[in-house]
Amino acid sequence: MFTEIQHGLSAWGSFDTWIVITAALAAMACALPGVFLVLRQQSMMGDALSHTVLPGIVLAFLMSYGLRNAEWISPSTQLATLPLFLFGGAVVLGVVSAMLTEFVQRLGHVESSAALGVVFTSLFAFGLLLIRLKADSVHIDPDCVLYGNVETVKLGVAGVPRATAMVGSLLVVNLTLVLLFYKELTISAFDPSLATTLGIRARIMHYALMATTAATLVAAFESVGSILVITMLVAPAATASLLTDRLPIRLVVTLAIAFITALVGHAMALTLPALVFSRLGFPEIKDASTAGMMAVVAGMLFILAMFFAPRHGMISKGLGQTRLAFRLACHDQLRALYQAERKTSLGATVEATAWTKTQGFILHYLATWSLILSQQIARTAKGHKLTSRGKRAIEQIITNVSDDTST
Amino acid sequence: MSFQRQLDWPSKTGSFAVRRSAMQTAICLLFIVWSNQEITAQISPHSEASGQGHQTTSQKPAGSLADNRLAWPAAADVKRVLLMQDYNTRIVLWGTTTLGLAAGITGTFLLLRKRSLLGDVVGHASLPGVAIAFLIMELREPQSGKWLPGLLIGASISGIAGMVSTVIIRSCTRIKEDAALAITLGAFYGLGIVLFTIIQKLPTGSQAGLGNFIYGNTATITQSEVDLIWRVAIVAIVAAGLLFKEFGLLCFDEQFASSQGWPVVLLDLILMGLVVAVCVIGLRSVGLLLVVALLIIPAASARFWTEKLSHMTFCAAVIGVVSCYVGAVSSALFSRLAAGAVIVLTGSVMFCASLCFGTRRGVLLRWYTRRRLNQRIATQQLLLAIFETVETALLPNPQQALTDVTVTLEDLLPKRSWTAKQLRRSLHEAQKAQYLASHPGRGHRLTAQGGRAAHRAARNHRLWELYLLQHADVAPGHVDRDADRIEQILDPEIISGLESALFKKYPQMAAS
Amino acid sequence: MASESIPPAVTVVPPLSIHDLTVAYQRKPVIWDIDYVAPAGKLVAIVGPNGAGKSTLINAALELIPRASGQVRFFGEPYQKQRHRVGYVPQRESVDWDFPVSALDVVVMGLYRKVGWCLPVLPRHRKTALAALARVGMADYAHRQIRRLSGGQQQRVFLARALVQDADLYLMDEPFTGVDAATERAIVEILRELRALGKTALVVHHDLQTVTEYFDEVILLNMRLVATGSVESVFTTDNLRKTYGGRLMLLENTDRIVGKGTSG
Repeated sequence: MFTEIQHGLSAWGSFDTWIVITAALAAMACALPGVFLVLRQQSMMGDALSHTVLPGIVLAFLMSYGLRNAEWISPSTQLATLPLFLFGGAVVLGVVSAMLTEFVQRLGHVESSAALGVVFTSLFAFGLLLIRLKADSVHIDPDCVLYGNVETVKLGVAGVPRATAMVGSLLVVNLTLVLLFYKELTISAFDPSLATTLGIRARIMHYALMATTAATLVAAFESVGSILVITMLVAPAATASLLTDRLPIRLVVTLAIAFITALVGHAMALTLPALVFSRLGFPEIKDASTAGMMAVVAGMLFILAMFFAPRHGMISKGLGQTRLAFRLACHDQLRALYQAERKTSLGATVEATAWTKTQGFILHYLATWSLILSQQIARTAKGHKLTSRGKRAIEQIITNVSDDTST
Repeated sequence: MSFQRQLDWPSKTGSFAVRRSAMQTAICLLFIVWSNQEITAQISPHSEASGQGHQTTSQKPAGSLADNRLAWPAAADVKRVLLMQDYNTRIVLWGTTTLGLAAGITGTFLLLRKRSLLGDVVGHASLPGVAIAFLIMELREPQSGKWLPGLLIGASISGIAGMVSTVIIRSCTRIKEDAALAITLGAFYGLGIVLFTIIQKLPTGSQAGLGNFIYGNTATITQSEVDLIWRVAIVAIVAAGLLFKEFGLLCFDEQFASSQGWPVVLLDLILMGLVVAVCVIGLRSVGLLLVVALLIIPAASARFWTEKLSHMTFCAAVIGVVSCYVGAVSSALFSRLAAGAVIVLTGSVMFCASLCFGTRRGVLLRWYTRRRLNQRIATQQLLLAIFETVETALLPNPQQALTDVTVTLEDLLPKRSWTAKQLRRSLHEAQKAQYLASHPGRGHRLTAQGGRAAHRAARNHRLWELYLLQHADVAPGHVDRDADRIEQILDPEIISGLESALFKKYPQMAAS
Repeated sequence: MASESIPPAVTVVPPLSIHDLTVAYQRKPVIWDIDYVAPAGKLVAIVGPNGAGKSTLINAALELIPRASGQVRFFGEPYQKQRHRVGYVPQRESVDWDFPVSALDVVVMGLYRKVGWCLPVLPRHRKTALAALARVGMADYAHRQIRRLSGGQQQRVFLARALVQDADLYLMDEPFTGVDAATERAIVEILRELRALGKTALVVHHDLQTVTEYFDEVILLNMRLVATGSVESVFTTDNLRKTYGGRLMLLENTDRIVGKGTSG
């Protein structure tokens, strides 16, 4: 198995490095606005925006050709400005959809996720219909439609692929924006009404964030594909939120996770499929979609964090609860012995079976052993009895917990 | 160098319900333009349902956007489609409308449970299931991979897995619902993509057309598939009907349900299972995005029309059926309309109409009630102001009645902070309500009816004020100054106590 | 008054007995080692400062939240077996009031267990529910959507939903919060009627001034039990200070509150 992995990775060339760099930059660029989307509980906005930009792009496309046909601009300018047009159209529709969602939500008292659902499906359907009616001459390549094309990086000027340069600058822009507006973003995510009283227009910040997200989505698409964009928008930020409680650290952790995701994702795309499918009898399977694999890795990293996160992980929480239950079991036993001792004047040894067993057998067994080991109780012929140390401990607990004033 | 993969996806326009995504579509456009390619035009047969044959692919220059008009169908075609004489049309209509019905009903509960976007997640999450089911079937027996029930079972299993993982993430970590949904969606969809790239490379060659399954293709539905769809839909509808009150309780008050001993988790699973079933069958027939829309839009629209759960469910079902019917019929009639998109847009139009005109929560209705309320408050305030003016005027000669005194605009204007325009409008309204009689040149007088109303307004207002003073500790929660309902809200003994205080303070009020 | 006429049969098994109940959120216990046996046929107030775990106590007893240790018995048996004898009135904030149901529909929900799985609600169920609504003085509002009821009316609908179950023990979570005087009166009247029928009610209450007037017994709670027993013996300034600590200073007229209890 190890040799197979080695074999899969042996083909790693500078090309793969560029893929990883491109994907990592794009992932980091997406993860930054994602941190704030997760904070504002609008994570599904990424998925929604990736649909709503369709009519924007189609409209911009039509407008551009409309201008050319009306001879307002020359064919060459039209071709040169088309990318800008499309970009602008996508961003505008991104903001429009955010506004529409809020409008429906506020005006119709529709619950926010339903409002989002209504708006994004409608806009997307509108875009589809528009293509069918107007731009029928555009052939939509399902290949493009399905997959992001991280794998298609082409070397550009000075040895740096165009796509890499593009997502790199995107990351720089997003980073600058986040650093510049850090406190405004934080406060309007945390408490919009407070932000408004402080003179920060929470709504403007909301739309600005939506515009940034839409722009990031459109721009990052070229390098990684929409699946990865949507996942990267949310997964690293959510994973980071399990790992740390402080926002500045969370931003850094998010970026790190995005980077790791890209690296591991590509490595796994090169190795894992061959590993599995050669055993199933399909030696011709060598690799799989890098973008898809990165999304899977993002999910796996999240699951890891879900279990192993230091404070908020399930294992840590479970341990904490077990520890608490264990402590309570110890107290229960000490107290039961204590009360029994007070009742019987005979200096009292108490049968272990007589204890109030409100918890599992194992827990009681463990509690008994730990109490014996810490010399708080001692084993006797008939059961157990409190030692002087145990008596001190339980008296302390009782005075702390309840002032024995209860009737 | 480029690794761009050439795939064998069907590129009939029927598969236009290209799901994922706008972005990719867009970038394809970008790509095409940047590489200065000629855009390939694919005028393809609109659908088998309308009985046209395949046409050839022609080349068009990028800029040419001519021929955008919809060709109106002949009357005979309209009749044929509407009467469902055409076999293909019939099964397409039958399949989609049943789906609309089931989606409307389950969507209602989904909306009320505030999980509208779960459909989106389930749809994405079902992709790896389809791929795995295909792979398993291919491994067992080559060329058998596209057996629909098998694919549907695979899709359901992974759809449920996706749903369960959102629930686990939400309940076991501090991640909020939205992020849980988005992560599940991304990870499962990514896995689906990985598996599909692998399937593309399989040497068996039987993967062609699998895309129809994922991206939906209304036009290529076959009879056997429709049979399956409507059976699943009927099961979903019957289950929702039987468990109607249980689902209602679950959505309204989960805590109470569990304190009553209802198996909340099981009920929730059944409900979500229905959603998965609808998603999965919808996936095949109209495509993922459109299922999401069908689950959300009819339910959200229905909410504007009714305040009763059963009516809302019925209404959502009707809206779902109508959208599906309109969509399927129009795509059969107009060769350029994609069924899925029209279904959603019909729904959207109905949503907008409901938003505006809904008889229970519609915007217009709420706007009208708000205006009525404001008017009523304005009238009350006017009557109060008139009463106070008249009262002072009557103090020297208490024999006269309220209706004997004329008040002018100038008398009233300083009473409150209202503009002359507002005051005039209120006066006008009060005249229309016959509270006031206008005496041109001199001013206004209260009518007998108006006198009684003004007296009541003043009495209530003053009683409330006294109540606020005397019972300051409990009062604020109870005061409803505008209402005539002081008797309904306060105890009789409190009121009589207040009244005696009132008459002490304003002896003139006791007389009238 | 009616409290003397308790049917003797009920007193044999206490309606609610709690032993060593500890509940923890995250890693910190919220209530510690609660031991309490509710007397039958009494109105019991659960009193304590904010965050004392009053609602937690009720929710843990009803198994709505997991408990770390301890056991709870209803009429001597686990909750699952005696569910039908326990009525629960949750806090008003716990549901979505925009939900498309009328007041009557909400009350009928209390009967769903009796209606059974998959069976429809029959006219006779509606009649029972309507009768319960009439008992709380809400018959006129039966068909109104719940959002369009005032806070007090909403609370009365919840009460009617509990009444319709015809339980022997009622657990109510802050029924007097944010309600108007008429509702407060209606609730108190219903509580007294219930007591006259030999039923028991545990009510989370935060208005110290009315405790002596409305209730027979009181549980003073602040994460642990401070005191339990009849209002006369337990509801003293000393105990209140133990419950509320420094916060009691804010409640200026403690003596008046308590004094009312001993005199009346």
